[in-house]
Amino acid sequence: MAELLLEIFSEEIPARMQVKAVNDLQRLLSKALTEAGFEFADIQGFAGPRRLTCVIADLPIKSPDVTEERKGPRVGAPEQALAGFLRGAGIASLDDCEQREDKKGKFWVAKLHKSGRAATEVLTEIIPQIMADFPWPKSMKWGFGNFRWVRPIHGIVCILDGRIVPFEIAGIESGNQIFGHRIMGPGPFTVSSFANYRQQLEGVGRVLLDADDRKAKISQQISEICNQNNLALVQDNALLDEVSGLAEWPVTLLGQMDEGFLDLPAEVITLSMAKHQKYFSVKDAKSGKLAPNFLVVANLDAPDGGRAIAKGNARVLSARLADARHFWDTDRGQTLESRIDALKDVVFHQKLGSVYDKVMRVAELAKQLAPLVSADPKLAERAARLAKADLTTQMVVEFTSLQGVMGRYYALADGEEKAVANAICDHYKPQGPTDEIPTDPVSIAVALADKLDTLTGFWAIDEKPTGSKDPYALRRAALGVIRIVLANKVRLKVSEQLLSFFHDRLKVHLRDSGIRHDVIDAVLSPDADDLVAIVDRVQALSRFLETPEGEQLLAGTKRAANIVKAEEKKGTEVSGNIKIALFTEPQEKALYEALQTARDKASKAITGEDYTAAMAALAPLQGPVDAFFDAVMVNDDDPAIRLNRLRLLSGIREALAPVADFDKIAG
Amino acid sequence: MATPNDKPLSFQGLILSLQQYWADQGCVILQPYDLEVGAGTLHPATTLRSLGPKPWNTAYVQPCRRPADGRYGENPNRLQHYYQFQVLLKPSPDNLQELYLRSLGAIGIDMGLHDVRFVEDDWENPTVGAWGLGWEVWCDGMEVSQFTYFQQVGGLEVNPVSGELTYGLERLATYVQGVDSIYDLAFNDDGVSYGDVFQENERQFSHFNFDYADTKIFTSWFADAEVQCQTLLDKNLPLPAYDFVLKASHAFNILDARGVVSATERASFIKRVRDLAKGCAEAWVELEGAG
Repeated sequence: MAELLLEIFSEEIPARMQVKAVNDLQRLLSKALTEAGFEFADIQGFAGPRRLTCVIADLPIKSPDVTEERKGPRVGAPEQALAGFLRGAGIASLDDCEQREDKKGKFWVAKLHKSGRAATEVLTEIIPQIMADFPWPKSMKWGFGNFRWVRPIHGIVCILDGRIVPFEIAGIESGNQIFGHRIMGPGPFTVSSFANYRQQLEGVGRVLLDADDRKAKISQQISEICNQNNLALVQDNALLDEVSGLAEWPVTLLGQMDEGFLDLPAEVITLSMAKHQKYFSVKDAKSGKLAPNFLVVANLDAPDGGRAIAKGNARVLSARLADARHFWDTDRGQTLESRIDALKDVVFHQKLGSVYDKVMRVAELAKQLAPLVSADPKLAERAARLAKADLTTQMVVEFTSLQGVMGRYYALADGEEKAVANAICDHYKPQGPTDEIPTDPVSIAVALADKLDTLTGFWAIDEKPTGSKDPYALRRAALGVIRIVLANKVRLKVSEQLLSFFHDRLKVHLRDSGIRHDVIDAVLSPDADDLVAIVDRVQALSRFLETPEGEQLLAGTKRAANIVKAEEKKGTEVSGNIKIALFTEPQEKALYEALQTARDKASKAITGEDYTAAMAALAPLQGPVDAFFDAVMVNDDDPAIRLNRLRLLSGIREALAPVADFDKIAG
Repeated sequence: MATPNDKPLSFQGLILSLQQYWADQGCVILQPYDLEVGAGTLHPATTLRSLGPKPWNTAYVQPCRRPADGRYGENPNRLQHYYQFQVLLKPSPDNLQELYLRSLGAIGIDMGLHDVRFVEDDWENPTVGAWGLGWEVWCDGMEVSQFTYFQQVGGLEVNPVSGELTYGLERLATYVQGVDSIYDLAFNDDGVSYGDVFQENERQFSHFNFDYADTKIFTSWFADAEVQCQTLLDKNLPLPAYDFVLKASHAFNILDARGVVSATERASFIKRVRDLAKGCAEAWVELEGAG
């Protein structure tokens, strides 16, 4: 066993590409070595701003010897054919071959012994190949070269048990020298093993190898700074990932923000910090309000404790926030109402017109939907008209993700009703399976209208999602409608054209919340257009099937259905009226009466939308069904009695039908 | 050369230091191109010279005009006329990052005290069909330069690859001098500020760009430049032809600032300029390759 250490050292790799790159490197190296016959288990990868590192702790020095068999001509084949075979296999004479026999007779088999190859030799071939074909999202050439990498490469370390694996690529020879932090530990340093590599890199080199270590260090520094200053971090995991890919030796510093900017909306400050400057924002630990500070992760342990760095960053932030303040002030100089016309120039979709056209449709729809959700139709219409007006504000042009959020602020500044302002903000929600669902009636009306308009529109121009392609996020829109409708019990009738799409999305949604697929199918008839009713029914059925009565009733109905189906297959016409006069056993009559009662009660309950009661109405059937099977033979000698009993069994299915199709439930 | 204890460099001192530094690295120090351009890249010493096989190292200051960025001299950070310091090294040397970092040292930025970072930013200029990979260089969070390895210019693959460094001089100077407004920059060491030199220009040109540029005239200039460029390309004279690419491009920028270019027209204007630039690039490469 030997230890392989590979490091590819380059100019700064974009932070967003680092994780995938090292995963690709590990995967491709494992694949190539495995294909070359090497077996190993312990491979690790590390990515940072300037290096990708891979280490295999247990690589065999040599791949194992293998024996391959090659089938040759028949025994007694012409001399020429035999000679050709020997030549091709690289064997001197037939003495080194064996005879085998199959159905057609005897034939020659050559045994080829292949010695294993040294790992060093194999590595010199596969590493340059992997690098040449590396799947970077974007790659480039530099200087006079033709080799492509994400940015220029400056060094390759490749050692196997301390000895250099020699190869050259992009004009660079592999070696055993590493470089550390550009300012604090440039090196070069000579390395002899992975442990030694890591120790030097993280010691004199001042580079933390592992992204997780860099993240942990940043998080720890953040919490220390926050504790000392009575601050609380505004969590941003994507930002943490990014900054840990931008610093080899992260040093978190607390910066001072000009307090005068605190009157800007908190969302604007936080986003401006994170998006433009990659700073974390912090809140006052007690009041929960944004504090006039920021946290910047530098790549330098400066002798002045980072004072100059923090000061420089604060000045840049002030310039950024001054821009934001300019947008905020200018935007408020114009009412949202007066911006609606400008939406005529914003294209929603070439075939679906401008955002203005969409807003007008949504306003009409929101007004119609309002009574359904107990919203004031006038407010719903107003909110919908204003819902997209912030798209032309400078702030939203700069920070698209603040759409709606800014609309809410600007609406309040215009003196719009609170419900209207909130609806402008909330009508985009929910954006995904875990996003908040609007609960205010006006917000619900506008959120539903916006999503339904989008879905109806794209359906009309036949731009439906296919496979993994859903460029207009229509699945998300449908899921949004489903979640709003269910959480707020909105009795919305889904239009016919969208119904099957909604059924599919509903199934996915219910399955994700742990409901069995077959149970959903049992209650989901193709024309069921009331999502709330479907789900109530599904849940009632789910609960019922978990009770002992439900379980047994299901078994009984399955048994009955199987008997009836088998008969129908034989061509027996089962349907028809049950004749009480033909009952010979008390259990027949008891079942008949129980069915009548159950059907009446269940139907009534279903009309009243009380699905739990409907299930409860079915529960008493279990006893009579079981008693029937225990005491009654369906196959009576008298064909009339037999048919009557089959009809009785068929009646079970009919009695249950209004509640669910029990056939579809897995038994 | 400045040390951290010295008084910070004035605006012109910054330019002189960068020029001296890059002259010491063997660059040809050129003077600004004498036409309106939107970026230092558009100087033919970069756009055309980055094409073809011959090595070429140059550095120069280039005034840039972006009519739509004017703010009547009222915004401390936005100008319609500003300076870039442009360096082009062809082929890109292996130690380009190091050379660049040392240039920051040459203007008084102490790497031991300041946090310099290379943050992904891929550059493209669709009007001349050019793109490259590289970074924005941040110094204590401020973008002070654009660092690009050209991959394509005029729609043509480059070989060898050039390394291009663009310093935003005003921004860099506000950083070095520690002032918040560009107009407060010391232009020299004798009491003249940037505002003394340029604030009135910003006011007047903003009025021109936004309010009084005659859109009929500029529309016709665009068309005339296109015709002249084509004529020159037919005569295989890519250098003068390229002047008319710049003129067309500037006419378009003025029209854009006047707000008379719709979204669809914009794409068509850009394509027309790109086609001309491509023609110049192809003609240039042919001549260079032969010579």
